[in-house]
Amino acid sequence: MARLPITKTPKVYVGGAFIRSESARVFPLKDVEGNFFANIPQCTRKDLRNAVEAAAKAGPGWAKRTAYNRGQIIYRLGEMIEARAGEMAEALVLGGASKAGAVREVAATVDRLIYYAGWTDKYEQVLGNVNPVAAPYFNFTVTEPMGIVGVLAPEEAPLLALVSLFAPAITSGNSVVALASTSQPYPAILLGEMLATSDLPGGVVNLLTGFRKEMLPTFATHLHLRALVGVAQVDERKVLAIGAADSMKRLHLLKAEEPMDWFSDAAQSLYAVRDTLEFKTTWHPIGA
Amino acid sequence: MLARSPHAALRRLFDEVGTVDAVGIEERVAKYGTRSIKKAAKLWGLKLAASMVDLTTLEGKDTPGKVASLCQKALCPHDPELGVPQVAAVCVYPSMVKHARKALGSDTAVRIASVATAFPSGQAPLRTRLAEVKAAVGDGADEIDMVINRGAFLSGEFGVMQDEIRAVVEACGDATLKVILEVSELETYDNIRAASFLAMRVIREGDFIKTSTGKTSLNATLGNNQVMIEAIRDFYLDTGVSIAMKPAGGIRTAKQALTFLVAIKETLGDAWLNNARYRFGASALLNDLIRQMQKEKTGAYQAPYYFSEATESY
Amino acid sequence: MPTLPAKKTSARLSRPAPELIFGDLWEFDPAPETADPKLKARYDLFINGQFVAPKSGKYFDSINPANEQKLAEIAQASAADVDAAYLAAKAAYDQVWGKLPGRERAKYLFRIARLLQDRAREFAVAETLDGGKPIKESRDFDVPMAAAHFFYHAGWADKLDYVAPGRRVAPLGVVGQVIPWNFPLLMLAWKLAPALAMGNTVVLKPAETTSITCLKLAEILQDAGLPPGVVNFVTGAGDVGAAVMNHPIPAKIAFTGSTEVGKIIMRSLAGTDKKMTLELGGKAANIVFDDAPLNQAVEGIVNGIFFNQGHVCCAGSRLLVHEPVAEQVLTKLKNRIKVLRVGDPLDKNTDIGAINSKEQLGKIASLVASGVKEGAELFQPACRLPTKGFYFRPTIFSGVSMSHRIAREEIFGPVLSILTFRTVDEAIEKANNTAYGLSAGVWTDKGSRILKMSTELKAGVVWANTYNKFDPTSPFGGYKESGFGREGGRQGLLDYCKLV
Repeated sequence: MARLPITKTPKVYVGGAFIRSESARVFPLKDVEGNFFANIPQCTRKDLRNAVEAAAKAGPGWAKRTAYNRGQIIYRLGEMIEARAGEMAEALVLGGASKAGAVREVAATVDRLIYYAGWTDKYEQVLGNVNPVAAPYFNFTVTEPMGIVGVLAPEEAPLLALVSLFAPAITSGNSVVALASTSQPYPAILLGEMLATSDLPGGVVNLLTGFRKEMLPTFATHLHLRALVGVAQVDERKVLAIGAADSMKRLHLLKAEEPMDWFSDAAQSLYAVRDTLEFKTTWHPIGA
Repeated sequence: MLARSPHAALRRLFDEVGTVDAVGIEERVAKYGTRSIKKAAKLWGLKLAASMVDLTTLEGKDTPGKVASLCQKALCPHDPELGVPQVAAVCVYPSMVKHARKALGSDTAVRIASVATAFPSGQAPLRTRLAEVKAAVGDGADEIDMVINRGAFLSGEFGVMQDEIRAVVEACGDATLKVILEVSELETYDNIRAASFLAMRVIREGDFIKTSTGKTSLNATLGNNQVMIEAIRDFYLDTGVSIAMKPAGGIRTAKQALTFLVAIKETLGDAWLNNARYRFGASALLNDLIRQMQKEKTGAYQAPYYFSEATESY
Repeated sequence: MPTLPAKKTSARLSRPAPELIFGDLWEFDPAPETADPKLKARYDLFINGQFVAPKSGKYFDSINPANEQKLAEIAQASAADVDAAYLAAKAAYDQVWGKLPGRERAKYLFRIARLLQDRAREFAVAETLDGGKPIKESRDFDVPMAAAHFFYHAGWADKLDYVAPGRRVAPLGVVGQVIPWNFPLLMLAWKLAPALAMGNTVVLKPAETTSITCLKLAEILQDAGLPPGVVNFVTGAGDVGAAVMNHPIPAKIAFTGSTEVGKIIMRSLAGTDKKMTLELGGKAANIVFDDAPLNQAVEGIVNGIFFNQGHVCCAGSRLLVHEPVAEQVLTKLKNRIKVLRVGDPLDKNTDIGAINSKEQLGKIASLVASGVKEGAELFQPACRLPTKGFYFRPTIFSGVSMSHRIAREEIFGPVLSILTFRTVDEAIEKANNTAYGLSAGVWTDKGSRILKMSTELKAGVVWANTYNKFDPTSPFGGYKESGFGREGGRQGLLDYCKLV
């Protein structure tokens, strides 16, 4: 008689731990043939609230790490995904990708992380500067991470897009609460395991699964989220912009109706890092 | 008036005694951690550290029974065959001093230190604080651990702070005085250095300055220990008066204690490597010292529960 | 800011000055590092991805300066080997490395960093044995910093569009590099990492007294799968170095070493189109004002001159101390150096290891003798030195002025010359009164003074309230006869590419 395998119970990675939704709700995930695969946590606004708390707790320590240390950790996240590339590709195939397309997406994801790992100890040298003011002061502009960043992943490229959206934010020391693709949540489930083994402190990246319609209003209005990056439909963008006004959230949203080629170089940039940075300028007299 | 503003007073004091670069201090003490102490040197250090322990119990729920068993541990820390020296002192609340004296007897090298002056906050009228000192000394305390008036320091009332210490010195009589600065409340290394000098100027040769009460979340660290022993060294070189040092709280392992001793060795030198000049305010530390001594003897790593008064049972 | 006069009590006047006892009450036991450096008996040249025997068939010995014992045999390269190395580098550039996308080049550099981190302890021991520096330093500084240089520069390889605003950059092609013996592995990383990140291929010669960690790194290059010929190592002495510098193939050469040799190189390259960067000698002023946190300043002075036995181009070899605190600082310095431990570099408690060679020891001794002869006051702690090997006690000269040889010439050893000054302007004048201009230190509590000093000092690196701090992101290099070009940071990248 063939051996019955143990199936994995998907849980979401929040605060460095793997949890179910506080609502205990799930929705079934089926494979491309319509067969049942697993139950996915259907996260609520309270889960989002808890994730933001976790991100708030982890953020200051992450921001205080040396840039070199952050670079090494993001690189190690790449190592963890590369080592389990086969498994991750299968998770993409589950959602309808071709085998070749899945392999390509995983490789691009790893390369993208390596790209951002290499920025941690450099972006300051390009984006910051000394300003030659017309008075005897040393005047310098430095960058600072904003704090907690909300990430809204699109439906397509459920691994590559998600990573492309949160990696530039954590590069500079932000912490992140991300909503995975509604229709293809399983890569985010696996990604949580790779985050957990990467040396990234728990709470720096928090991944939620569930229905965007239910979660979007809270992403829009939660005052502690300092910025929102991601992909949104035209009506969603309106809702987010109105909610953002109350807390002066910085919004960097791509239009869902103009799909990004996540594989292109346009999908990775210093300016994605810049999107979640503040700029601080300090003056100090020069004199004996 | 400008001259009386606390800020001006503090700045003048800093100019006099000098300020401290925090990053520089952390770098200096990090080097102590790289010292590799092995074999005979390690055993010597462990024994020295054990002889420097002020074995402490300062809990609301202390009773004569608790104090008696603490004293027994002080007199006989472990199986005599291992050669663990007796500790320097036991440290208790004033109401427990007479019970400690009863348990230790009068013919012992182990001293009784009593906290006093409304430990740990110090927030009581001066007369009651002094009465407490006298009562503890009267009950048999050989040493008094007092707390400085942090409010006075932080508001620039250095005269008040020093006058109170002088009054406690007088109330001590022959008892040795340890002056607790409470480093967590002074916060900066600059303040700790300044407070050290203020205290040293009004106490006697052989009295102590001490880091902390152990009742706040930040106690002795290599950093604040270094700031204080540099102050002691600078004061000694300037005046010839030797003040002793006691870090308290936060030193739980033998490895930490040895690192603190390296700091003494390289900053104050051989004359401070004895329990007249240096103490550890600790409780769990003693067993870890004994545990390491046992490991040096047999070569095997030890479990905590083999040592009397251990709290771990896992 | 003037200080208040020291209090004089009558008790103090009648007693002898208090002294601290730094004796042997608590002697440390020997604590040797026992990790295996995995040395080979013989190291060949590394050309085109393989270890190859030198065409002459000759080898020379590399000894351990701590005990003068032979460690290994090192291949003696000749002009023919250097030529082979350059041909391999050129082929690798033309066919492979020059065509590789930056993001793939990056991955090789990341691999090298990680593999070096894996074998960190082994490399630290090898570095200490070959060069004489304390194991504490190779373990805690040299090796981790070398790995960090590879890691930092790896990340630039695919971001070259950000290197030169307004311009695109392209590799130079093949570069030739010669490095010194004071930080063998670290200098190797400083040279290789930016060169490779920017897309160049390399021929490099390590110093003849310290070739071992270079050739061990070749093993890591093989493990990382670096395409053959991208990096080539040729070993030997000055003649091999000259061959590396003068060969027609390289578009650029980089040299770290003495100013004297730097000038020879400039002359021999005159008339060619080769770009050069030179990182040469120094005689840095470490300036302490009376408002400095003095205990930490003393620590900084000690770090500045005794780190790596003073074999550091940017060493704070001249202490310029503000007169009001000169006596205090000298007393503190003497007490501090009494607890410095000189001895076996492999002992984890050693602070000052062996001098790199008999030759260097002779140079140091000779300059110290000149200091005594010229009337400066010498202080050395009494410490026993090992009977074999090359050692020198940490040395302080006080009462030095700018006319003393020991204030003008680079000693490259654990010898500090102390001068005094009265005003800020005088400090600046004295600090700049040298043909060198590599580095300087400023110790003061006043921020605006730090910035003024930093503005006025003619030095490529200014350390304020610290000394001898290095980071891959921080550009390093000198003014005047300390050389030109920068290594590290964004500024360092431009020296390894051309603007197109």
